[in-house]
Amino acid sequence: MTRSRPTDPPAADHDPWSGFTGWADAEATEDTRTESAVRRFVRRFSSQRLAMVALVAIGFLVAVAAFAPWVVPHDPLAQNLSRALEAPSATYWFGTDAVGRDTLSRMVFGARLSLLAAAEAVTVALVLGVVPGLVAGFFGGWVDIVLSRITDAVMRIPPLILAIAIVGVFGPNLRNAMFAVGVIFAPRFLRLTRSAVMAVREETYIEASRSIGTSTGAVLRRHVLPNILSPLIVQISLSMGFAMLAEASLSFLGLGVQPPQASWGAMVGTGYRFLDLAPHMVLIPGFAIVLAVLAFNVLGDGLRDSFGREERAADR
Amino acid sequence: MLRLLVRRLLLMVPIMVLVSFIVFGLVLLVPGDPAIALAGPNATEQRVEAIRENLGLNDPILQQYGRWIGGAIQGDLGESLFSGRSVSQAIAERVPVTMSLAGAALLIALLIAVPAGIVAATNRGRPADSMATVGASLGLAMPSFWLGLVLVLLFSVWLGWLPATGYIPFGENPAAWAVHLILPALTLGAAAAAETTRQLRGSLTDVLGQDYVRTARAKGLRRHTVVFKHGLKNAAIPVVTVLGFQVAFLLGGSVVVEQLFALPGLGGLAIRAVLNRDLPMIQGVVMFTAVIVMIVNLVVDLLYGWLNPKVRTA
Repeated sequence: MTRSRPTDPPAADHDPWSGFTGWADAEATEDTRTESAVRRFVRRFSSQRLAMVALVAIGFLVAVAAFAPWVVPHDPLAQNLSRALEAPSATYWFGTDAVGRDTLSRMVFGARLSLLAAAEAVTVALVLGVVPGLVAGFFGGWVDIVLSRITDAVMRIPPLILAIAIVGVFGPNLRNAMFAVGVIFAPRFLRLTRSAVMAVREETYIEASRSIGTSTGAVLRRHVLPNILSPLIVQISLSMGFAMLAEASLSFLGLGVQPPQASWGAMVGTGYRFLDLAPHMVLIPGFAIVLAVLAFNVLGDGLRDSFGREERAADR
Repeated sequence: MLRLLVRRLLLMVPIMVLVSFIVFGLVLLVPGDPAIALAGPNATEQRVEAIRENLGLNDPILQQYGRWIGGAIQGDLGESLFSGRSVSQAIAERVPVTMSLAGAALLIALLIAVPAGIVAATNRGRPADSMATVGASLGLAMPSFWLGLVLVLLFSVWLGWLPATGYIPFGENPAAWAVHLILPALTLGAAAAAETTRQLRGSLTDVLGQDYVRTARAKGLRRHTVVFKHGLKNAAIPVVTVLGFQVAFLLGGSVVVEQLFALPGLGGLAIRAVLNRDLPMIQGVVMFTAVIVMIVNLVVDLLYGWLNPKVRTA
């Protein structure tokens, strides 16, 4: 790399080509000088130990959830009343619940529910937030004013209370609860998308593309969306963590997942009646929630630090 | 300052109208015929008719909205579908509990966050900073109900120092009121404390890197004086802005915490209303909390103007 950099001009030598050793060097160093965005991202991200740990933890969680039926030590629904409320042991690693079901097996299936639920909520938030955000940011004017005012209004309603109200209207179950969580997250995505689009809207390449007759939809899809992807990815990771928290809260209140299925939040919810007899029923699933949310938050922060400067500024 | 107040009040009106649209619009989201859906599967014909009558569903939608908002402005939020009681009255009975809880939580959050943020910002990269940062990350990742249960396990079940549940009105016994609020307020305030610590650490670090801070240090002022006199007031501006949002989160989070500690506040009212599909009650609670949030935001805006003279004239 050092050899290809322009050095001091050869002093006494009259031959300007004296230092020339062929084009090979210049070509070999081409990609280290203009490192691709993806490579820069990978290099920055892999140097962050904490974020890597979080990524591995999330990968592990997803794998466990995906292969749930094959990795559980016991049937998560099998009751064994003679062994109810047992503390963790060699047979039941995380103990048993009030009707003798294995906590670990229930947690493995719970991971499946919690992750899918969080993904569902974030998808709803993306659909309700990104599309209007693109429109508001790109077109500006009265569309922007109307959408921004609606966003302001939604953000004035305490998020959990709005979610509870939406669940109240549609009826309590996990699908409705996650739709509600998606609705309360949508304003964040809308604001983020809007400001990111506004930042790139005036760029020359957008103008160039429009001037050769590209349709607005194609401009948005091909040029604007890829440019706002990095702040969105950061927000998705952070939102996954918060969606898991929201799901846990709603399920704890009995407004989310319905028995006999159980997410981690619902397990804490049933466990708290036996707090003095079997604290493990509350402590272990709750600790799992903390770790999972922490992993998504750390991953989000790590992603933010790995993207370029502009993206970090846009996300603030 | 007066101009700022008037301008903010005028800005509040359209937002409040929009919020009321959204809250009222909840009735439009009920799948199918709202009267049949809300009455439940085993309802009699009379019950369905009674609900239709109560909600005025036979009228055009704008007329329904006009009636609802007209009542709401005068403090009448309709009647519960379930008990037939006045929604406003039910809310009024339970507001003191929720306000006590949210206020105490905010106080605890500030008591934790302000020292933690200052220590972290003035000791960057040292163990104290790492502790504050890790603590804040944990605080944000912990579900409130779980933290509450851990605190109950620790302080009530094992140590027996504090009561696990219940609420004593302030007027009855102020000491008991405070003792019963400690665990719930700590539970509710933890996430707000974590968020505020992060904010304060960030903004105070920025301010302490400014030229005027260096000048103040260079002219011989003690570090302590610089941090508290020059740093903190300026660092408070972004923190105060976020505080407005914190109140919205505290009011929402109080639903969970009230359930956990069996406090008779708005949360219990909301949950019961949702399980009974008591739409006027749901709308009433949502509208009421949204108005509280807007009032708090107004106060925050005014505070912001006091902290930062630039916005007064802008």
